[in-house]
Amino acid sequence: MNRERIQLAHGGGGQLSAELIAEVILPILGSQRPGRLTDAACLSVDAGRLAFTTDSYVVQPLEFPGGDIGKLAVCGTINDLAVAGAQPRALSLSLVLQEGLAISTLRKVLTSAAGAARDAGVEIVTGDTKVVGREGCDGMIVNTAGVGVVAEGAELGFERVEQGDCILLSGALGEHGLSVVSCRKGLSFATDLRSDCAALHELTGSLLASLGGNVHFMRDPTRGGLAATLAELAAAIGRDVEIQEEAIPVNPVARSAAEMLGLDLLTVANEGKLVAVVAARQAPRALEILRSHRLGAKAAIIGTVGEAASGPLVEMQTVVGGRRIVQMPYGEELPRIC
Amino acid sequence: MKDPCDRHLREIRRHLDALKSLGSAPVRIMEVCGTHTMVLARAGLRSLLGEGVRFLSGPGCPVCVTDGAYLERAIHLSRTRPDITLASYGDMVRVPGQSGSLADARCAGADVRVVYSAGQAVEIALACRDRQVVFLAVGFETTAPGTALALRRAQREGLENFSVLTAHKRILPAMRALLVGDDVRVDAFLCPGHVSVIVGWGVYRELVDRFARPCVVAGFEPSQILAGVAEILRQLAEKQPQAASVYPPVSREGNRVAQAILEETFVPADAVWRGLGEIPESGLDLREELAAFDAARRFELPDYPTQDPPDCRCGDVLCGRCDPAECPLFSRRCTPRDPVGACMVSSEGACAAAYQYERFRKR
Repeated sequence: MNRERIQLAHGGGGQLSAELIAEVILPILGSQRPGRLTDAACLSVDAGRLAFTTDSYVVQPLEFPGGDIGKLAVCGTINDLAVAGAQPRALSLSLVLQEGLAISTLRKVLTSAAGAARDAGVEIVTGDTKVVGREGCDGMIVNTAGVGVVAEGAELGFERVEQGDCILLSGALGEHGLSVVSCRKGLSFATDLRSDCAALHELTGSLLASLGGNVHFMRDPTRGGLAATLAELAAAIGRDVEIQEEAIPVNPVARSAAEMLGLDLLTVANEGKLVAVVAARQAPRALEILRSHRLGAKAAIIGTVGEAASGPLVEMQTVVGGRRIVQMPYGEELPRIC
Repeated sequence: MKDPCDRHLREIRRHLDALKSLGSAPVRIMEVCGTHTMVLARAGLRSLLGEGVRFLSGPGCPVCVTDGAYLERAIHLSRTRPDITLASYGDMVRVPGQSGSLADARCAGADVRVVYSAGQAVEIALACRDRQVVFLAVGFETTAPGTALALRRAQREGLENFSVLTAHKRILPAMRALLVGDDVRVDAFLCPGHVSVIVGWGVYRELVDRFARPCVVAGFEPSQILAGVAEILRQLAEKQPQAASVYPPVSREGNRVAQAILEETFVPADAVWRGLGEIPESGLDLREELAAFDAARRFELPDYPTQDPPDCRCGDVLCGRCDPAECPLFSRRCTPRDPVGACMVSSEGACAAAYQYERFRKR
């Protein structure tokens, strides 16, 4: 029997399952909660509002510059809580493993997930493991769910966004998507680009602590990038949105990589960036707060919320002074061929 | 980036004023490069230059110009031969044909894989010796050398399970075809940067001599495109059309090594372009000595008629006879999500670029 690789029996609920949990998973993830394994984790929380979210993560390759699927799964779910105005309290982490996956890869991914959770001060309190055949998935699928406590005074939502509000972006675009593409099979090109994968709850927490109800809406522009986030915002609030390309923070390496591949940086995924819509008079203060945190050092005010419109559009004034619209991308943009 | 742009813009406005006083504006400039099409739209250059310059997006997107019959042949192969793996560039997979797209064929069980290079298709053939790997070789003089190198490798490795279905195209004969006839809509060509690196800017002299249209090669930054436009307008205002390049990597002679590789691998052949029909010597067929790698000879392929979807005006768009928004299907039945015509599929297609970046609200 190959002890280095995942077998179907590892997900069967028998001895091998118990061994995998005891020898691989718990030593990495379980150290925070020693004791008997029960069917559910019990959490004590103060009275207030809870935020609850879940997300499944599939990424190829499983490891990429600046992170891996484990760190991604932890930070991604923390960020979903963070932009809902919550501070994360506990996470679940469930694995769907492909038969034949190297156990060393699993260890690496779990170690990185545990590290990301520890750095963020959040516990992974429950989980599950299943194994599927070789056709069932590519390497592994990770699902995380998270609960968090919503900050007092936070009132976030599309309905809170008003004409004249300022749109802030915490940093440069496209680092995650492009660093993943840069090491994808058949397309590898060397860059020193690293995924921006990071937990945003400190950033959102300090914004809300200072500005409370003046923060009207937050979102992390992941798949579909800034374009999807703003297009969705405009559609949901029924107002035009105006942004300035010149104001958008740029990572020159990411820009060159996007140009080479024919991709629009606005549509490339980010995993550690924040879009915040803030009341205009508080925007300078919001910018100051974002810039004082290492994850928001390059933050900028990139645009404003405009008038109500029946077919609301996101319009961008380009660096050269032209105008274009910014739309929800169709799906995954494909690198060009010539 | 802004300063050179401002300089080019001032120059453009000056020449446009001169052209307007001569009654020669608006000027219709056709770009024949998908990347130019995309950058024009993304940078908002149409809105920036206003009415004086009309950009026409010509046959510069490889996916858009590929004839529907070629696609039908590829789909036929993927559906009828379970031992075949098709290796294709990504955009090609979504183009709708008479019998669905390659993506539809894949959903129905065909083995269609997206590759980023011809070399990757050879890798698949090396790894899966029990499968016949057919590379769908589309694109201009930019991607054709990659196909040529892949074929060399296949030859060296003695690969018997690799072949190419070629639809490679040469841009110059298509540009020539657009200037022949009574209904010429093109005042000048903004010549492609990538293709011209290979073929050199000297080849466009023929068009200048014969048709007196400026042919100017430009790079891909918005400022480089504006530099190209300024040069075109200068030539028109001074009535001195020339072949020229404002893109430093392009020489007059081009890349001789790449040209030699192309010559060793391909022979010019008549080819059918979507919307433009058959153009003499505008395609690249495999040389006789490489016939063994020609999928069209290795497999039995029925002839399909060239047929564009009804009401689709991709052909007129590619010839500069209509703007994407003038097509009755544009943004109604034909969107990037559910494309009818090929120009809506590729992100470099004229219709996709117009849809994605220029669909302003009518004011």
